[in-house]
Amino acid sequence: MNKPGLLDRRQVLTGVGGAIAIAATPLPAFASQEDLDRARRELFGDRLIQEGRVTVKLPPIAENGFSVPLNVSVESPMVADDYVKRVAILSPRNPLPNIAQFHFTPQSGKAVVATRIRMSGTQAIQAVAEMNDGSLWSGSMETVVTLAACVVL
Amino acid sequence: MIRASLLLCVFAISACQEAAQPSQQSALTIEEIRSGYTFLTAETQALQDDPFANPGLLWVDRGAELFQSTIAGEASCASCHEEGLHGVAATYPAVDESSGVLLNLEGRINQCRTQHQSLDALAYESEELLALTAYIFNQSHGLPANVDISGPAEAAYQRGYDYFQTRRGQFNLSCQHCHTENWGKQLRGDTISQGHGNGFPAYRLEWQSLGSLQRRLRDCDTGVRAEPLPFGDPRYIDVELYLAARSQGLALESPAVRR
Amino acid sequence: MASIRLAVPKTAQSGDIIEIKALIQHEMESGFRRGSRGEVIPRDIIVRFECSFEGVQIFAADFHPAIAANPLLTFHMRAEKSGRLLFEWTDQNGETWRDSADLEVI
Ligand code: HEC
Ligand code: HEC
Repeated sequence: MNKPGLLDRRQVLTGVGGAIAIAATPLPAFASQEDLDRARRELFGDRLIQEGRVTVKLPPIAENGFSVPLNVSVESPMVADDYVKRVAILSPRNPLPNIAQFHFTPQSGKAVVATRIRMSGTQAIQAVAEMNDGSLWSGSMETVVTLAACVVL
Repeated sequence: MIRASLLLCVFAISACQEAAQPSQQSALTIEEIRSGYTFLTAETQALQDDPFANPGLLWVDRGAELFQSTIAGEASCASCHEEGLHGVAATYPAVDESSGVLLNLEGRINQCRTQHQSLDALAYESEELLALTAYIFNQSHGLPANVDISGPAEAAYQRGYDYFQTRRGQFNLSCQHCHTENWGKQLRGDTISQGHGNGFPAYRLEWQSLGSLQRRLRDCDTGVRAEPLPFGDPRYIDVELYLAARSQGLALESPAVRR
Repeated sequence: MASIRLAVPKTAQSGDIIEIKALIQHEMESGFRRGSRGEVIPRDIIVRFECSFEGVQIFAADFHPAIAANPLLTFHMRAEKSGRLLFEWTDQNGETWRDSADLEVI
């Protein structure tokens, strides 16, 4: 590197190229862990939630919070007398704690679902599963979101 | 631009952090030419490569339907283009023989609508124009750009080249500064690519939509705080021609997925 | 008019658990963004997805604004007999989009 860099450290750029492209800016409100807990109580009451049986998969680093691949699976034989009824996906850091709720039946064969979600910043996404016997299980995974949280939702 | 000020996430290109690639050069050599695809994370690459889930394919499907459909009693595109348009997009922008005007694919589609179908021209970034453009580009998927820059196109190519080299905006930067001399470096947590147009129309995660190459060019001009040109401006079509020639044989990837 | 893509195997063996994918074109406008003049862009999202096989629900989903634009879903079904799968998306105003696919169990 001999010529002086045309873009060197002294030249501080603001949101060039990418971020500027966003045709909208966010409202500042974000959920917190308490909001997540409240949302979970609204969905499942005060019943005991055990950790386990639920696996949440997200990329360890998401380069863009607009579309992060999410995969959730619950250990279950998925037969008429033993199956997963529903799985709620919750966020402690998006503007709203609820992301989605998935409803399964024994005909689903497998309690595995994949989708793509929005994440306003680095956070641990939680999944809570309700079995047909009423027991509750949960799992979570954290993802580092590199695109600034403020611009996502 | 309220949004611009609110989006002040401050980023610097760290020239100190030596990139593995050579930089500070005035032109790309054939050996180092790389698609924007190679600068993406594995997850984003996987989305582009997914023959079902690449969201750009929603527009390609819609384009295929529109191509077959009869609107207001006019002949369908397909009725005149029975063989399809395989390889055609790779030759655009191209000079229209009758008018001598350089047309990009969007312009050519609109010319067919107005001259051969008595329909109105479609607006840039409208669902219909994006869908038709994506559908036709997809029929050149995997082929290298194959534009003619001789004869009547020569002047347009030269103008495109000049636009690419010219400093503009409050940052006083040219396309060349970022995409030829500083590719591979970090800019606001993003890696600057070589700025090829081979993925467009592309699905950008930030747009949450498919968008044209001109939309990307407008973003880059806005990024250096320059007033972007209006959609369809002939100067952007000149740049599109220059970009296609500059990409020297890179395969077309539309619909690509980009950050 | 929303563009829809479905991936359902054409055939399966009885007892197989098949993978089903469904993609629909929709902006999923979150209601948390502002336009260029500072105005809030109103929420406009799909709130419900249902997949049924010969009238029996297999899988369903409730969506909130954090589902990415152009929602993609991958889920499963135990194949037992031949029949038709129905897919239905409903937005917050009750507008629906439907598509279907046939499965042959051999
Ligand atoms: C009535 C016949 C007719 C219809 C309908 C028609 N075209 Fe064309 N198209 C032509 C002709 C003739 C040309 C050759 C250039 C010219 O004369 O405009 C052409 C050229 C083109 C080209 C450039 C081909 C090349 O090799 O450069 C494209 C792309 C194209 N048409 C797309 C479309 C699309 C998309 C539609 C529907 C929106 C459409 N056309 C409808 C007659 C038609
Ligand atoms: C300040 C640096 C900067 C300048 C100046 C700049 N761009 Fe960009 N450009 C970017 C960034 C950052 C991206 C997004 C990441 C990437 O693909 O490089 C981008 C993306 C692109 C892409 C898409 C590449 C792909 O594969 O998706 C094209 C094409 C492009 N720029 C062309 C241009 C043109 C033409 C100009 C001049 C009018 C220009 N850029 C000016 C930074 C810049």
